[in-house]
Amino acid sequence: MTDRFAMLVLLAISLAPNVTKAQQSPLPVSEAAPGVFVHIGVTGLMTRENEGATANIGFVIGNDSVAVVDTGGSVIEGRRLLAAIRAHTDRPVRYVINTHAHPDHVFGNAAFLRDGISFVGHKNLPRALAARGQFYLDAFRRIMGDELIGEVRIISPTILVDGPRELDLGGRTLRVRAWPAAHTDSDLTVFDEQSGTLFAGDLVFLSHVPVLDGSIRGWLAVIGDLGAISARRVIPGHGAVSEWPAALADERRYLERLALDVRGLIAGGKPITVAADTAAASERPRWELFDDYNARNATAAFSEIEWE
Amino acid sequence: MFRPHSRLPWFGGLLIAMHFGAAVPAAAAEPYDPWPGLVQDIFNNRAMNDAAGVIAIEMPARAEDAAIVPVTLRATLPPGDARRVTAITLVIDQNPAPMAARFELGADASVSEISTRVRVNNYSDVHAVAELSDGQLYVAKTYVKASGGCSAPAAKNVEEAKARLGQMRFRQFAKPAEGPVSGAREAQIMVGHPNNSGLQMDQVTQLYVPAFFVNELRVWQDNSLVLSMEGGISISEDPNVKFTYVPNGAKHFRVEAKDTEGHVFEHEWKVEGSGT
Repeated sequence: MTDRFAMLVLLAISLAPNVTKAQQSPLPVSEAAPGVFVHIGVTGLMTRENEGATANIGFVIGNDSVAVVDTGGSVIEGRRLLAAIRAHTDRPVRYVINTHAHPDHVFGNAAFLRDGISFVGHKNLPRALAARGQFYLDAFRRIMGDELIGEVRIISPTILVDGPRELDLGGRTLRVRAWPAAHTDSDLTVFDEQSGTLFAGDLVFLSHVPVLDGSIRGWLAVIGDLGAISARRVIPGHGAVSEWPAALADERRYLERLALDVRGLIAGGKPITVAADTAAASERPRWELFDDYNARNATAAFSEIEWE
Repeated sequence: MFRPHSRLPWFGGLLIAMHFGAAVPAAAAEPYDPWPGLVQDIFNNRAMNDAAGVIAIEMPARAEDAAIVPVTLRATLPPGDARRVTAITLVIDQNPAPMAARFELGADASVSEISTRVRVNNYSDVHAVAELSDGQLYVAKTYVKASGGCSAPAAKNVEEAKARLGQMRFRQFAKPAEGPVSGAREAQIMVGHPNNSGLQMDQVTQLYVPAFFVNELRVWQDNSLVLSMEGGISISEDPNVKFTYVPNGAKHFRVEAKDTEGHVFEHEWKVEGSGT
């Protein structure tokens, strides 16, 4: 009994500092504009090794409070984001905004589950999380392991956005906007007017091949409207902070090529499997992770465009 | 010959299995093989022959999009074999509702190939079981890896899926597909339907949203059945079936789809290029 207790104490002493340190070491962030911070995710799939930190996530500091934009792909990443916030300000976090339902953007939410913090999302986000949440937990437990996924909670927003909406951080207003189905059917953007910085979520991809999980025709239409936002720079969901609206060009070209190729295949009576193998092949050298996502994008585009 | 005693209990059983299935953790490193149990439940433990030369199943090695995984079933009986394939059952072993579809093949349509799209939730064996006119069963198997990334076997655009409910499209293809049957043609039926799995929990009531899917689809050339499908929630949104058949000289195709809420969707199309 005593021995076992002593062993547990020893274990606790030997493990706790490491775990705590690893979980609390601030996520590296850069200041994209005054008061606007971003962590640039690694361009890759979520793994145990990268702790799911593949998406760009960030925060904006106002006079009174802080808004977080996406929380990362694990609770550990979320905690490290919180540590990064604490390293830059002692103002309270008031809002956690999720730009859509994908796990690399929402799996860190539990790190922010505390009094005084409201979760903000597209009006469709609760439905998307309900339909996909358990599947994502099961799938990523296989990939990333129990230790990282065990504490992930699917947390639905309580502030639902349908169209444009403003969030006041004190002397700083964030313009949050819900979009029709594009990358997903729960896409939300966050525009900091003061600095001219647009958090585009996964409505904008750079370097990382776009991932289609909503509507290709919808996305191409949304790109047109996004371009009208008078931002100076964009923080995309994946890829480098870039000039606006030039950052839209690569993604638009890719999606247009994919739609064009898929339309041609459908008109020619080709099966969906041929689309997976050949559509948008000319775009292959221009993107990272092309082989991980293009066949899937082509499959999704085919099943949508088939109904035109 | 195997026949479910009644269709309703058969689907009732599926739904029950589905809810238990959802509670089983999917993380096991070496998942237990559900196939022997499925042979018992679906096929009453009947003996199965190896399908080589009788039926083939083709799927991509990885489910790129978990919600839309193409599958092709081919009846490959040699010309000298007097038997015919009367039914093909598609089983996705690790899905919450493994029984994806049962196709019955019309007696005069010589259906030699069926392609559809299914949801694949997990790494899984996928079985195609052909029933022949002499009552023998033949089984073919393939293996599909689960999708990576953030792909999920769920709707991408829920509003559009709802808006499309009941729309039907029928396409006829000028060129016959490859196949042993001469004079064969190819056609495709699409039915707009969310084919909702019912696995989502309502946030407010904490109850599962009821499953809502196409459970019967029938295609005729005039009054002769080409193909019927009894489907479950493993069939993708907007059920889509492409098939190779031999025309019987009919002037019209007729399609009827029924769903679990009792909707009946019917449409008729003229046969294009009949007699050529």
